[in-house]
Amino acid sequence: RAVMEQDIVSLKEQLLVKENEIGILKDKLERLLKDSQCSTEAIDVQGTVTQLTPLQEKPFLSNEEIMRYSRQLLVPQFGVKGQQQLCRTSVLVVGCGGLGCPLAQYLAAAGVGRLGLLDYDEVELGNLHRQVLHGEDRKGKPKALSAAASLKRLNSAVDYVPYHMQLTPENALQLVQQYPCMDIIADCSDNVPTRYLVNDACVLAGKPLVSASALRMEGQLTVYNYCGGPCYRCLYPVPPPPETVTNCSDGGVLGVVPGIMGCFQALEILKIASGQEPGYRQQLLMFDAQEARFRTIKLRPRQAGCSVCGENPSVRALQDYEKFCGSAATDKCRRLCLLDQEQRISVQEYKEILEEHVPHLLLDVRPPVEVDICHLPVSINIPLASLEDKKAPHLQLLKEKIEESRQKTDRKSDFPVYVICKLGNDSQKAVQILQEMSGVELEHIAAKDIRGGLMAWAQKIDLSFPQY
Amino acid sequence: MAAPISLHLEFGGGAELLFDGVKNHHVTLPSQSEPWNMKQLLLWIKGNLLKERPELFIQGDTVRPGILVLINDADWELMGEMDYRLQHQDNVVFISTLHGG
Repeated sequence: RAVMEQDIVSLKEQLLVKENEIGILKDKLERLLKDSQCSTEAIDVQGTVTQLTPLQEKPFLSNEEIMRYSRQLLVPQFGVKGQQQLCRTSVLVVGCGGLGCPLAQYLAAAGVGRLGLLDYDEVELGNLHRQVLHGEDRKGKPKALSAAASLKRLNSAVDYVPYHMQLTPENALQLVQQYPCMDIIADCSDNVPTRYLVNDACVLAGKPLVSASALRMEGQLTVYNYCGGPCYRCLYPVPPPPETVTNCSDGGVLGVVPGIMGCFQALEILKIASGQEPGYRQQLLMFDAQEARFRTIKLRPRQAGCSVCGENPSVRALQDYEKFCGSAATDKCRRLCLLDQEQRISVQEYKEILEEHVPHLLLDVRPPVEVDICHLPVSINIPLASLEDKKAPHLQLLKEKIEESRQKTDRKSDFPVYVICKLGNDSQKAVQILQEMSGVELEHIAAKDIRGGLMAWAQKIDLSFPQY
Repeated sequence: MAAPISLHLEFGGGAELLFDGVKNHHVTLPSQSEPWNMKQLLLWIKGNLLKERPELFIQGDTVRPGILVLINDADWELMGEMDYRLQHQDNVVFISTLHGG
């Protein structure tokens, strides 16, 4: 009998251990299942605009929703009513980058009904410092898809509609209008033509536009086309000259700056969705991260003479915004072509010049901040801006260096000066300036630029040279 | 004769790069027969502060498209734009619009 009782005890112990194992396995399985649902493979990405069903009204919140959103339900200005309205709200996010990521993250966390996530681009390593929904394993994946997958992990109750496509005059109105019960558009784009396109689509469709932008250590935010406030065109009837526009890939941006501005956008959207007054209608928020200063400016009201939202609008349909702005709807760098072929050499040709020890001068015309990142050891640095202004100390340096290298030559032919920059745009401008100076401020030189710049050097000649 | 007036000029959003990267400028406009207005201030800036590439700041007789002008924290459109009569201690901001994201 005693043996049997002992057997029972030992079997019960074993059972306990096995049950524990089952529990652990079940947890593991659930996590795996959840992971696969939130993986980029499990999410459908849209390449075209498809019809969406309207979001259902929520007569009451479930116990889980009450627990999940309890801290914001306790805020009197928001409350149950605000939550119910938010659950019925659709937001179209144009651009899943430095602004769009934090914006979508907070709206998803707060329980917005639907998020349309639009971006034509794929995730690159250089995005990760500010585009915080994308991880290292998402390189090469569509940003819209990557954002949707990360957000689904955060709140699976939200309806995510990722669009891997460019916003165009052909699809913009359909996209903006297909959210019938809403709603709000967030401009998180990174270029001038898209900003005019989003604005005009919002005016034509009668939707509020919550718009922000960021560069270096500054940010700006305004709610356009809402409650008598201006639209983007009321403020900026004429687009800026393309050469005055700096994008994040040229000028740089500290990731937390668009992070702050994207959070501000999310906040304004929460307020509009829950029926509160938005703070930045007819107001411009300017954030200067360096001086640690927020400043709010009173803007003009909607302009009667505005070409899209005025009394007699001339813009009644979407137009060609790249033509209107004279620039492409992307923040990728343009390729200039200012010089003839004989005034340019390839990186391969420059490599041969180096190998054959041909006397020459290599002039790097990038700003010092970029030279600090990487440079070729033989180069001397004179930024294009200093060359344009013909700053005396820089001209002196150039003269000395030319003279120094020239001593190694027979002095019979024009001395070769090769000009390099990041991509081969500024170097062409510099060659034009040097050619004007040749024989006047400088000795006779033969200036040529290196096509494709240091990035071509990194891709074709020295694979260990950094790219940025 | 209008007495000389002191102004606080600010440049931001990248517009400061045309002024050696300096954002804040405390300036005194000399006394002249007419009161100073914005139109004259722009000419004064062009002649006295703006050393390089003026076309990136001024086009025609006004600021180039993409620069917003604020007088005492209000859009200059609300203040009469070019005809606004400047007062002693006014704060005038020139801010270049940002487009990045």
